[in-house]
Amino acid sequence: MADFEPRIVAFVCNWCTYAGADLTGTSRIKYASNVRIVRFPCTGRIDYMLLLKAFDEGADGIIVSGCHPNDCHYTSGNFHARRRWIMFRSLCDFLGIDIRRIKFSWVSAAEGAKWADIVNSTVSSIRELGPYEEYRKIVKRPAKEVTNG
Amino acid sequence: MSKIGVFVCHCGENISATVDCAKVAETAGKYDGVTFSVDYKYMCSDPGQTLIKNAIAEKGLTGVVVAACSPRMHEPTFRKACAEAGLNPYMCEMANLREHCSWVHEKGDPTTDKAIDLVRVLVEKVKYNQSLNAIKVPVTKTALVIGGGIAGIQASLDIANTGHKVILIEKDPSIGGHMSQLSETFPTLDCSQCILTPRMVEVAQHPNITLYTYAELESLEGFIGNFKAKIRRKSKSLDEKLCTGCGLCTTKCPSKKIPSEFNEGLGMRTAIYVPFPQAVPNKPVIDRKNCTYYTKGKCRICEKVCPTGAIRFDQEDQIVEVEVGAIVLATGFTIKQTDFFPEYGYGKHPDIITGLQFERLASASGPTLGEIRRPSDGKVPQTIVFLSCAGSRDEAKGIPYCSKICCMYIAKHAMLYQHKVHGGKSYVFYMDIRAGGKMYEEFVRRAIEDDGVNYVRGRVSRIYEKNGKLIVKGADTLLGAMPVEIEADMVVLATAGVANEGAEELAQKLHVSYDPYHFFAEAHPKLKPVETNTAGIFLAGACQAPRDIPESVSMASGAAVKVAGLFSQDELTREPLIAVVNRQPAPVYSSCVGCFLCVSACPYQAIEKEEIKDRSGAVIKRVAKVNPGLCQGCGTCVAFCRTKSIDIQGYTHEQMYSEVMALLNEY
Repeated sequence: MADFEPRIVAFVCNWCTYAGADLTGTSRIKYASNVRIVRFPCTGRIDYMLLLKAFDEGADGIIVSGCHPNDCHYTSGNFHARRRWIMFRSLCDFLGIDIRRIKFSWVSAAEGAKWADIVNSTVSSIRELGPYEEYRKIVKRPAKEVTNG
Repeated sequence: MSKIGVFVCHCGENISATVDCAKVAETAGKYDGVTFSVDYKYMCSDPGQTLIKNAIAEKGLTGVVVAACSPRMHEPTFRKACAEAGLNPYMCEMANLREHCSWVHEKGDPTTDKAIDLVRVLVEKVKYNQSLNAIKVPVTKTALVIGGGIAGIQASLDIANTGHKVILIEKDPSIGGHMSQLSETFPTLDCSQCILTPRMVEVAQHPNITLYTYAELESLEGFIGNFKAKIRRKSKSLDEKLCTGCGLCTTKCPSKKIPSEFNEGLGMRTAIYVPFPQAVPNKPVIDRKNCTYYTKGKCRICEKVCPTGAIRFDQEDQIVEVEVGAIVLATGFTIKQTDFFPEYGYGKHPDIITGLQFERLASASGPTLGEIRRPSDGKVPQTIVFLSCAGSRDEAKGIPYCSKICCMYIAKHAMLYQHKVHGGKSYVFYMDIRAGGKMYEEFVRRAIEDDGVNYVRGRVSRIYEKNGKLIVKGADTLLGAMPVEIEADMVVLATAGVANEGAEELAQKLHVSYDPYHFFAEAHPKLKPVETNTAGIFLAGACQAPRDIPESVSMASGAAVKVAGLFSQDELTREPLIAVVNRQPAPVYSSCVGCFLCVSACPYQAIEKEEIKDRSGAVIKRVAKVNPGLCQGCGTCVAFCRTKSIDIQGYTHEQMYSEVMALLNEY
């Protein structure tokens, strides 16, 4: 357990959080390398079934992040995302999915440091929770080992 | 079978310092579907791009993954390179190895592993990419300018002078806006009317400008290049073609006690009125709320005296429909009135006035013909106090921002007062003097040093009346918050500049975003200050934030150039990353079941209901259909769709699921 490296998937919007994470880069702020970012046009586009798919594929934690309320590039996509998240969260909770493993946040294009904080805090909280074996037991699909070449 | 090329960039040492680029390229080369994989020092350089182009030509690549910097930086560059080599530009994707990997992680295997993951994800995505073609939409080369203040005037003239048609609408009976109310302008003290009125006349006479005064935007439909606007021309109760503007009606009108908007309530006007002598158009309107005929059913004196018989009591509002390609919003701002301030007497004392009222007192065309006389008894005030930041920079009042223009106009007011009232004493209470601008600081120094205006750094806690004087209680913070009490004859509050009432409603009509203070929001605070997030709608002047005249004019000219740029093309090309509803062969036609959840989710009203009909014209099925001109590609509808019938090009279900499935599992 000590050498457990959580695998985090981040679903972010193109205009705020993706740009915010770019700013983290240009500001050379270091953060944990456990996260893999998937770019969407807007958090409103994020089909939450993708989150379950990510758990299915072996993710231990998930970050969903977009523009702050009222700052959505598309006016209201993030509001739709937020509403659906409220529903989805209670559904997940009801189904027994550990909602502590999903972090929902707003990171603007100017918040490079906040992005680093969110990744680091998510990585450390998932590290405490351990690998998400329960989910993989349910779907009867052990996560494959990542070996890279 | 895909033939994908992977191009790993070192970005000098920006990527290669922490990521083993050769290993990334080598690993990627082993993936199914990848036929070519290479790493190179600068992929965005000319030789780098040539490398990509040659590989596309020689290896017949069907997809390209460039693993380099952020796609927000160089995606257009590489897509263009692909297009030049004959590959559809939308078959090119970028893996962000720099901002999201090499710059934020330490050197080591985990970082290289992450880089490999990021490349693999995009390789999987690119397999499902489809060739897309840019959307072309025609452009109507007419602009609509909303608001006839200095910003709207400037924008209209600039657009009209490029040879394009302009429709300018103004809600008041005359164009001119706030600038026409001003006495002199800082920092040159030239008369506002003298520099403005020639431009107003130019607008009225310009062959390319159609001017609708006393008109408001009723509704707006459409999208960039193809807007359809309905304009409500409020009834002026006047046949403008017959009216010669002689003004006889205004002299004979018996309702003479209506506070004049133009004079900020310091003067009176009649019910049939021209707002000010230099108004454009110089023809009266009847204010139906105050006209005796409309309120009591009797009078019609104006009709009797009119030598041309131009009065039309039964005239109705007229709706004009126009087609325009671009819109400039120049609706300006307003100021808080004195009744907003309990500590300064709730506006109950007539001698506590706003800055705009002082402008009217100081103006040669104003109610006192330019003499500074206090409203209560017409006496010349011997002691006058100016308060800056009345409401502005005050979180408790809900206006935390700086209104920006007040520091300058207060210095101007104090200066004008000193010029007009010799021996008078003037005090300015200020928090900070914000005189950023060409010749601005010098102007303020002139007020203080040459004209002897007393500047007191501190705020005023209370103003009350005592023995016919206004007692202004404040503190001088430069003297250790020493209490200051001034017996003044008149007080001028530099009240906060705020968004117009109804700005929010207008923004919603236009689908333009607005900030928490209801000022219209620009697309980018630095790089797109005159654009809005709605393509084809631009901002000029104080509707975006408090602005002085030079700034409003610059913004207006900037917006005009954006409009002219838009009108320089006959067709617009747009990114084809938009939503589409699937179509299938009969008898299914589409997996869409017509629940139209997407219609309510769409922020752009881009989704329409389409009826699929058989040969006899009977409706077989109702399905959703996306208008490619309106869709901005947010994809909110995609996540809503119950049957997964709507998908967004560039971020399709196939693409996103293949990305997620490739993220964590070794291929």
